[in-house]
Amino acid sequence: MTIFIPTPLRPYAGGNGTLEVSAKTVGAALAELTTAHPDLRKHLFNSEGTLRSFVNVYLNDDDIRYLPAKEATEVSAADTLSIVPSIAGGTGCN
Amino acid sequence: MSILQLAQSVYLSIRAHGEETYPHECCGALLGTATPEGWQVSASFRAGNIRTDSAHNRYQIAPLELVKIEREARRQGLDIAGFYHSHPDHPAQWSQTDFAEAHWLGCSYVITSVAQGCATVTNSFLLAGAREEDKHFELETIHIAE
Repeated sequence: MTIFIPTPLRPYAGGNGTLEVSAKTVGAALAELTTAHPDLRKHLFNSEGTLRSFVNVYLNDDDIRYLPAKEATEVSAADTLSIVPSIAGGTGCN
Repeated sequence: MSILQLAQSVYLSIRAHGEETYPHECCGALLGTATPEGWQVSASFRAGNIRTDSAHNRYQIAPLELVKIEREARRQGLDIAGFYHSHPDHPAQWSQTDFAEAHWLGCSYVITSVAQGCATVTNSFLLAGAREEDKHFELETIHIAE
C-alpha cells in the first residue's frame, strides 16, 4: 500500500512524500514505516505508543480511530494511508 | 528571516475569504514549492471552518478535507506549504490558541486581520523547530509576486 507523508514529516522519512509498504494491516503498515524510518516514531506516537492526539491517520477516506478494527484493519496494495496533522487555531478571544 | 512568496491572486483570494466569512474566521491551505529562502505559494485552497460552535474566534479544518487537499496538491505537483486563517477584529498576530494547535513544522501560517469586515494587515509566521516540543513561530517577510 501507499503511505502519504505530510510536508513536516518528510525530513524524517528520507525526504519522501510517498512510501510503499507491504504490510497487511494498518498497524503493521505504520510499524513497517517507523522501522524503516525510526525518526518518524516520536513524531507519530506518544510515550505510551499510541498516536499523538493531533496526528490523524486516514485509510483512504476513513479515520482509522473510527474503523471497527482500528489499527488491525486489513489493507490491500491498492489502499492509501494518509498521515495528516491537525489544523486549528483562532484568536481565542471573545 | 525566511521569505514567503505569494502569488498576487493567492494574496487577494485569502484576504477576500476573510472578508466574506466575517465576523467568523476563515481558513484554508496554501499550495506551493519549497525554495532555499522559504515557500513559494502558487495556489490556495479554501476550506470550511468546522468550529461552527465558536467560529468568531476559532477555526479548524476537517481532517478528511485536509486529505482531499493533499490529493489536489499532489495532482498539481505541489506541496502543502502552509495554511491561512483570519482574525476578525483582532491583530494579525498568532495567538496562544494558534500556537498550541500548530503542528505543521516547517510550514507557513498566514494570518489576516479583518477589521469591521475589511481585510487590513496580513502576516506570515513560519512554524520553526525540529519537533513539537521545541516549536516556535518566526515572523516571515511576505513577497507578493505578480
